[in-house]
Amino acid sequence: MTQTRAEVPLTITGGRKRSVAGLTMNGLLVRLALYLFLSFVCLILLFPNIWMISTSLKDSPQIFAYPPELIPAPFLWSNYLVAIQKFPFFLYLRNTLIVTGLATFGTVLSASLVAFGFARRRFPEREVLFGVLLSTMMLPSIVTLIPTFVLFTRLGWVNTFLPLTVPAFFGGGAFYIFLLRQFYLTLPYDYDEAAYIDGASSLRVWWEIILPFSKAPLAVITVFTVLSNWNDFMGPLIYMNKPHMRTLALGLQFFRDQRYTQWNYLMAASTLTLIPVLILFFAAQRYFMEGILLTGLSGR
Amino acid sequence: MALQTKHRPGPLARKEAWEGRLYILPWLAGFLIFTIGPMAASIYFSFTKYSVLSGADWLGLDNYTKLFGGDRLFGLTLYNTFYFVILSVPLNLFAAFLVALLLSVQVRGINLYRTLYYLPVITPAVASALTWGMLFSGDFGLVNAVLQALGLPTFNWLFNPKITKLVFVIMGLWGIGGSAIIFLAGLQNVPRVLYEAAGIDGANLWHRFRHITVPMMTPLIFFNLVLGIIGTFQVFTGAYIITAGGPANSTLFYVLYLYNNAFRFFKMGYASALAWVLFVIILVFTVIQLRMARLWVFYEAER
Repeated sequence: MTQTRAEVPLTITGGRKRSVAGLTMNGLLVRLALYLFLSFVCLILLFPNIWMISTSLKDSPQIFAYPPELIPAPFLWSNYLVAIQKFPFFLYLRNTLIVTGLATFGTVLSASLVAFGFARRRFPEREVLFGVLLSTMMLPSIVTLIPTFVLFTRLGWVNTFLPLTVPAFFGGGAFYIFLLRQFYLTLPYDYDEAAYIDGASSLRVWWEIILPFSKAPLAVITVFTVLSNWNDFMGPLIYMNKPHMRTLALGLQFFRDQRYTQWNYLMAASTLTLIPVLILFFAAQRYFMEGILLTGLSGR
Repeated sequence: MALQTKHRPGPLARKEAWEGRLYILPWLAGFLIFTIGPMAASIYFSFTKYSVLSGADWLGLDNYTKLFGGDRLFGLTLYNTFYFVILSVPLNLFAAFLVALLLSVQVRGINLYRTLYYLPVITPAVASALTWGMLFSGDFGLVNAVLQALGLPTFNWLFNPKITKLVFVIMGLWGIGGSAIIFLAGLQNVPRVLYEAAGIDGANLWHRFRHITVPMMTPLIFFNLVLGIIGTFQVFTGAYIITAGGPANSTLFYVLYLYNNAFRFFKMGYASALAWVLFVIILVFTVIQLRMARLWVFYEAER
């Protein structure tokens, strides 16, 4: 049964099909009210972002104006130029791209291989180990923080990219493995069967059959991984003590510490940090939403 | 292929099994290196005095007796954290559910709204924390300006220990997009036939919601509740950036205190004891929830 994508009319707009007189007028009003409400909530949720961008374009006196003003006057686009000179933006961007790129590659690659093992290969310990994997989702990461830090310190990995990237290659996190495994289970086994009869190796089945079918869930975990690495704060805070190793998310914090806060530059830098993931998110939006609705996120 | 075929696991099945183990090996190795190993080490450290520079000196139960006996801050951070969890988790869950319901309507352009509602989640925590710091500022903050315009009392939000935690609860609401999208996925997966059947039986909107939507969503509510509690107990970034635990330690949340001990005072042993205590607390919460789940979580198989 391919129930997954059934459009569920959660009939808030209710009674569209009732043939009562004045239906069109009613339906129109309901719809209008709905759009207004959707936009209202949207505005509330986006407000901090709007304020962030507005502040990034203001001059200093206007930032401290009371009551505060939303529209910058004048629009100081030059704040952005100043901001990238006030802290090593491009160096931090490079660091962030390296960490995010490697960690995402590691996560997507290893999570999909591990999920393939759990979903498409039978072995006696499979169920037990999968249970263990699920239970690790409930493990608070804080328990392992200190010994992991000690381990990486002993290995001499502090102030390198290794602590933030190497662990990603070890399965990339139980949640992602779980998501992909749930999805792989929904693919018919006949394709694999046919390929094996033709003498294909399981690695080829993974690469040529499973992966091409999994674009949407792979997009989901890619977006999740990029976001969590791009925005990670505690990891770089602990492992990147040297200023030249900082990522953008961490660099913003130190930007603030310079004597007194220059809010407009800080917000310009924040906006610049947000823009790349924003672009990615909008680009992947269709796949992302579709993928989330498709995957085992329905929690069974 | 012409090898002898044994009774049960034939060579093909055995090959498949070995392949399977090989595929999951990265995870299994990672589990041993980055989960089991550190957990064991963490227990050991918690019985020692340990800074990364020096070796570990065995202390026995000293760290724990100090925690439960003499550490006033420990009790305070527990109080702060429970306060935050108890307010924040149910509120976020409820709000996320409502937002998911709102986003599940089928109208043109709804996907744009879904994307926009998710934007606060993709904003770097540092950037949004700093923005909130501005908005709640006592002297030039927008929140106070709005309250004043409405003729309501204003507060020195970030400097009044009585209300600082509430500021974090409010801020937390902007992260509901993550749970909302999971709820949304669940809402889309509720079989349409159920609504149709109920509609034929004359169930109204509320009845359909109460007796179809909610029961079908309980597994996801449970999922978000469990992970929400685990995550909320570990609240860190916002407090680290905006208030650094102050004023008067009113936002010194548990993990922030743990972080200070480990990475500012280099008391790794003591911090490990803190980590284990939090782990046990979270474990107890999780087990209670797993037990209680039988009472209210609806699984399709039970039909």
